Amino acid sequence: MCDTCGCNITPGNRELAYKPVNGHTAVSVLKNLLAGNDDQAKHNRQHFDSHGLLAINLMSSPGAGKTALLEATIDALRDQYRIGVIEGDLETENDAERIRAKGVPAHQITTGSACHLDAHMVHDALHEFPLKELDILFIENVGNLVCPASFDLGQHRNVVLLSAAEGDDKPAKYPVMFRAADLVLLTKSDLLPVLDDFDPVRAESYLRNLASRAPFISLSSRKNLNLQGWLKWLRLELTQQREQSPSSGRTTQSRGQPNDAYPDTQAHG
Amino acid sequence: MTKFLLPGREVHEFSLCEALIAEVEQIALKNGALRVQSVKVRIGPLSGVETQLLQHAYPFATAGTLADGSTLEIEPALLRVHCEVCDFESKAEPNLLSCRACGSHLTKVVCGDELMLMRVELFTT
Repeated sequence: MCDTCGCNITPGNRELAYKPVNGHTAVSVLKNLLAGNDDQAKHNRQHFDSHGLLAINLMSSPGAGKTALLEATIDALRDQYRIGVIEGDLETENDAERIRAKGVPAHQITTGSACHLDAHMVHDALHEFPLKELDILFIENVGNLVCPASFDLGQHRNVVLLSAAEGDDKPAKYPVMFRAADLVLLTKSDLLPVLDDFDPVRAESYLRNLASRAPFISLSSRKNLNLQGWLKWLRLELTQQREQSPSSGRTTQSRGQPNDAYPDTQAHG
Repeated sequence: MTKFLLPGREVHEFSLCEALIAEVEQIALKNGALRVQSVKVRIGPLSGVETQLLQHAYPFATAGTLADGSTLEIEPALLRVHCEVCDFESKAEPNLLSCRACGSHLTKVVCGDELMLMRVELFTT
């Protein structure tokens, strides 16, 4: 079913769709408003799949430790996997420089004033990468717990970070973001003893209230605490992704993307 | 470094409005319309879109397009979940998506995350 050839017009909605009434016409549409972005995201995902790489979208509020997590991850995995990073920020090349200092290719997208990355920006950045030479591509989204949740970039998995320095009720305050997570990382866990108002159990229960089955792992990138859980998850996801694509044509899609449940065009009866 | 400095992309409701207008204009052109009279969208509480911001962005995003001067009607969608454990379908809140009947977290959102263009009314003569 599409909306170009008219096959979405049914006997039930034909009148509604085309019949002019007193000089005006009503057209029923039923199309996802982000269809343009989602089409581009699908195209990006096909790119990733055809190169057998795993694409991870990292999201959190500013300062939760996305770049620090990447630095620690690169240190741990540099001998096993080839990693690439797309950095999204409003301004500066700082984060890309931190990643390049680890000997890993990084491309900085500066959004000017935009609060999120979208699928088109990521697609443009892909031209900067030798995709066939990569195993894992991390996309570090703009630090923001609101807007990035609405834009599919073509990633296979969403990882959302929540740092111990924030409130443990963040999942309840930003449900759209945390619901989209395939994995939630409680970062800066080394600070938990001094930040005693953050209760990890409470944070996880707020996450479960969102009907989320995402694993909840606490770690400290700086102090190298409990990185194993995260690295194990990453390895497993990469293995699964490789088994699925490109041979089978199936792909992994992150949870909570609204378009999963709502196809672009539906018949309207 | 790729720089994106497009004015008006600060708020994602505005980028969304632009995508909406692009879609609406396409429909208007396809139907040979002179201009757009009204646009109806359905937005769920879990879509991540603030309806007031969308309503506010609309006149700015439509300026100079075929939808200039048209009205935007926003139909709020209900938020409902289906429980995989007890098979019950219940109302939910954006930050409380567990089953109202048995309390299980093993639920799926049935509706409430949609972001849909529903209907466009066009002036054809």
